[in-house]
Amino acid sequence: MAAEPWQRYEIPGPIKAAVIKNPEMVSILLKKAKKPVLIVGHEAAEIDLGGKTPIDHIIRIARATNIPVVTTAHTMAEFLKRDFKPAASMTSMDIGNRLTDPEWSVSGEDAPHDLALILGMTYYVGFVIEAGLKSFAFNHLKTVSLDRYYQPHCNWSFPNLSIEEWDRYLTIIAQEIEKK
Amino acid sequence: MKKVRFKVDELESDIFKIAGLEATVGEFYEEWEEAIGPTPMPDISTFREWDRILLNRYKPFYLPFCDLCCLCTMGKCDLSKGKRGACGLDMAAQQSRIVLLACAIGAATHAGHGRHMVKELVSKLGKDHPLDIGSSVLIEAPHSRLITGIKPKTLGDLEDILDYAETEISQLLSCCHTGQEGDNLDFESKAFHAGMIDHLALEVSDLAQISALNFPKADPEAPLVDIGIGSIDTSKPVILVIGHNVPPAAAIFDYMEDSGLEDNIELTGICCTALDLTRYTKKAKIAGPLSHQLRFVRSGIADVIVVDEQCIRTDILEEAKKVNAPLISTNYKNFQGLPNRTDDPTDEIVRDLVGGRSPGVVILDSDKAGEVATRVAMGVFPKRKKSGIIPEESEIIEYAKKCTKCLSCQRVCPNYVPLPEAMEAAAKGNLQPLSDLYESCIGCGRCEAEGVCPNDLKLHTIIIGASKSKMKDEKFKIRSGRGAIQDSEIRAVGASIVMGEIPGVIGIVGCSNYPGSWKDNAFIIEEFLKRRFIVTTSGCAAMNLGMYKNEEGLSLYEAYPGVFDGGSLVNCGSCVSNAHISGAAIKIASIFARRKLNSNYEEIADYIYNRVGAVGISWGAMSQKAAAIASGFWRLGIPVIVGPHGSKYRRALLGRKDKDEDWYSIDARTGKSVYTGPAPEHLFIAVETKEEAMTLIPKLSMRPNDTTKGRSIKINHYIDLHKRFYGIVPDDIPLFVRTTADIPITMKDEILKILKEKDWKESEVPTPDPTLLSRLVRKKEG
Repeated sequence: MAAEPWQRYEIPGPIKAAVIKNPEMVSILLKKAKKPVLIVGHEAAEIDLGGKTPIDHIIRIARATNIPVVTTAHTMAEFLKRDFKPAASMTSMDIGNRLTDPEWSVSGEDAPHDLALILGMTYYVGFVIEAGLKSFAFNHLKTVSLDRYYQPHCNWSFPNLSIEEWDRYLTIIAQEIEKK
Repeated sequence: MKKVRFKVDELESDIFKIAGLEATVGEFYEEWEEAIGPTPMPDISTFREWDRILLNRYKPFYLPFCDLCCLCTMGKCDLSKGKRGACGLDMAAQQSRIVLLACAIGAATHAGHGRHMVKELVSKLGKDHPLDIGSSVLIEAPHSRLITGIKPKTLGDLEDILDYAETEISQLLSCCHTGQEGDNLDFESKAFHAGMIDHLALEVSDLAQISALNFPKADPEAPLVDIGIGSIDTSKPVILVIGHNVPPAAAIFDYMEDSGLEDNIELTGICCTALDLTRYTKKAKIAGPLSHQLRFVRSGIADVIVVDEQCIRTDILEEAKKVNAPLISTNYKNFQGLPNRTDDPTDEIVRDLVGGRSPGVVILDSDKAGEVATRVAMGVFPKRKKSGIIPEESEIIEYAKKCTKCLSCQRVCPNYVPLPEAMEAAAKGNLQPLSDLYESCIGCGRCEAEGVCPNDLKLHTIIIGASKSKMKDEKFKIRSGRGAIQDSEIRAVGASIVMGEIPGVIGIVGCSNYPGSWKDNAFIIEEFLKRRFIVTTSGCAAMNLGMYKNEEGLSLYEAYPGVFDGGSLVNCGSCVSNAHISGAAIKIASIFARRKLNSNYEEIADYIYNRVGAVGISWGAMSQKAAAIASGFWRLGIPVIVGPHGSKYRRALLGRKDKDEDWYSIDARTGKSVYTGPAPEHLFIAVETKEEAMTLIPKLSMRPNDTTKGRSIKINHYIDLHKRFYGIVPDDIPLFVRTTADIPITMKDEILKILKEKDWKESEVPTPDPTLLSRLVRKKEG
C-alpha cells in the first residue's frame, strides 16, 4: 500500500514521515542514535503474528541493544509474563509529554532522548502524540514508527503493511541488531 | 433582582474600594444571610491567577490534529516545528485556542438551551414561578451562589443568571478571533472560564426543568424505567424524540394523556431528551444513547420523529425519508430546511404529514408540536407498517459476497472495526463476526459515506441487520434522573469523603463515542461500586451503564441504590444535570466544611482540590459540550479522565510526578511550604484502555488532605488494581506514602521493602492543612 495515513482522514499537513522501505534502515538509525528509547503500547500485545506478538520482537531488540523500553497502557504485564522488565510504565500522554522535555530521560541520565521508536498505541492516539512530538520536541528528538500502519507525523514510518509483512519487517530489524 | 448586571457592575468597582458593601446591594441580597464574597460575577480576568496556579502544576501537552491553522484567509499556515502563522500565533497558542473554542461552543450550547427553555417556561408559567428542586435541598443552586452571588428563587431569577453567562460567553468567543490572545496559558485560563460558565448554565437549565416540569426532586429512589430498543412495543404507533430540550416531548405526552392515548402509543427517545422525558413520565422509554440514533431510525420502528436541539444527526431528514417517517423540528437551532408551519392550522399540518405531501415541518410551539406528533403517529402507523431498511440475513450474505476487502470501510471507521473480515465470514453464511461489531460501532455511518465502498454497500445497516436478535434483546432498567444531591446526604458522607474513608466520588458522564464496547463503561464502574466508591452519572454514559446486566441478570441500577453514598449509583439525569455532580463537590465544601459559598469561587475550588477525592471520567467523550463540562471540573480542581478518542481534544493537562518541586502546597496553619506529593497527579488525561482508566481512578482520587486511614484505603485500591492489570506493584508508590501509617496493613511488608529500596523518607508534615492560596494562611511564618 502507498504511504498514506491508515485512517483515511488523519491528514498531517505539509511534512510527512519518510517511508521505511528497507527495515535494515532502522538498525542504522539505532546505531547512529546516542540515546534511543522504545515505546510500546497495548496493541503490540493484542496482535497475533503467527504464534507470537510484536512484543516478542521488541524484547529481542531491547535485549540486543539495552535500549530502555517504556510501556504504555497496561502493556507492562505482557512483558513481565515474558520475564522482561521494562524500564518504565506510564500513560502514552505521559511519555509523549516527557519526551518534549530536553532535560528528561528514562534513566534520569544523559538527557534528552534523541530517538524514539514507537509502536502499539491506538492509531489515532499515536497520531496526535507524534504530532505533539513533531512540534514540541523537534529540536532534540527524531521519531520512528514501527507500527503496522503509516504514521505521518513521525520522522520515519513503516508504510501500511500486511500482518505478514509487518512480522517480516520486525524480524529483519531484530536479526540485524542481533548481528551487531 | 431585575437589574442584576447594573448592580454587579457597581459591586465590581466597589468591592475593593469601600467598606459596608452589603449596604450597597440592598434588596438584591436580602434573602441570603451570607455576606457577599470576594468575586461576584467574575469576568475573564478574575481567576487568572488561580488558573495559573493549576496550569503551572498541570502543564498543557498539546496534541495537534495537523500542522496547519485554517481559520482565516491569510492561511493556511504551517505551525509545525516552531513556526508561527501569518497572524503571529504559534502551535501551542493555536491548540489552546481550539480548546477554548470547543469549551466556548459547549458553554454557548448549554446556555442557549437554558435560555430557550427558561423563555418557554416563563411564557407558560410566569417569571414568578418558584424554583423547587426538593424540600431537602436548601442549597438549591450552588453554582449560581458561588459564581454570581445570586440565590435564585424563581424562573425569572434564572434569566438574570443567563444574562451574565451570555455576556461571558460572548467575550470568550471574541478571544478566539484572529489578532486577539497570543499566549497559550491565557487561552487555557479562558477555557477554564468557559467551563465554569458552562456549569452555571447547566444548573440554570436543570433547575428550570425540575421546577417547572415536576421532575424527581433529589429523590434517591427515582423510578426505574425501561431502556433499550427491545423494550419498545412495536405493535403500537411509536413517536421518537431526539435531542436535549424536553418541553416539546413533554407536550407530546400531555396531549397523549389528555386524549386518553397514553397507553395506545409508545413514546420513546434518544439522547438526553429521552432521559429527561423519563423524569417527566415513567411511561416513556429510552431507546438508547446518541450512538443508537441511526440504527433506531433505520429500523423503521418510529412512525414520527421529533427533534429539538443538540446531538441530532444533521442528516436526520434524509434518514427519516428513507423509512417514510415524518420529521417535526421543534427548535430554531435545527430547521433542517423544512417549512415553518408554526402558525398554520393543526389539521392542515397533520393532513400534509400523514398524506406524505411534506416530509417534515418546523413547529416552534411545543403544545402544537405535541398534538401534531401524536395525531401524525396515529395517522401514519397503519400505512407505514414499520417499514425499515434493515436487511434480512439472506440479503446480508448476498451483499457480503460483493465485498472486495479493499479495507476502505475499516480505514474510515473511527474505531477501525474489522468490517472486511466480518464481511468475509458473512459471505460464507456466518453473521456472528458482523454481529460482534454491534456494541463497538458508534453509529456514525462513515463507512457508508459516498465513495467509501466501491460497491456502495450500506455497511452500518448490514451490521445492524446481523444484530437483529441483539436489538430485540435490548431490554434493561435505568433509574430516572434524580436531580440534585440532598443536603442531608452531603452531611452524612462529607466527613468520610474528606477524610478519604469513602475512597472517591466518580462522575462518569458524557457521550457514547466509545473506543470499544459500550459495556466497558459498566465494566469499569461495577468494579468501583464493589469497592464502595460513590458513583454519579448523567447523559449517554448513564444510559450505557443501564444497558448491561450483571451475573444476576440485573442492570447496575437494579443492583445498586441511588443514594449519594459509598457503593451507590447516582443517576442525576441528562447532560444539564452534570451541574449536580460538580454541585455536590461545592456543597461538601459549603455544607460539611462550612466554607463560605457566596461569590467565593477560589476558596471553594481550593478546598475541593485539596480535600474532595472526586474524579470525572468520560469514556466516550465526543462533543464540545463534553469539553466544556470537563473544563468546569478542571477549574474546581477535579481531574478528568477521557477515553482514547478524547486525545482529539488536542491537549492534556499533565502533572510531572518526577519533579518534586511541582508538588509543594502551603500549610494554612503555619504558612510554610510543604511537600504534598502528586495528588492528584493529572488534571486532564486521555488513556487508551479500560484497565488503564481503572488503575488511574483510585490514584487520581488521592488528595493532600487525606487522613492516614483514607490514604491507606486509596493506596490499597491503587495497588490492587495495578497488580491485577499490570502484574506488579506500581513504582510510584513511595510518592503517595507520606508516613508508614499510610501503608495498607495487609501490604505492610511488601511496601516497606519497596520504600527501603527507594530510599523513601517520611514526610515532615504528612497531614498539613493544605492550600494553594496564600490568602488563606491563618498564621504567617515569622
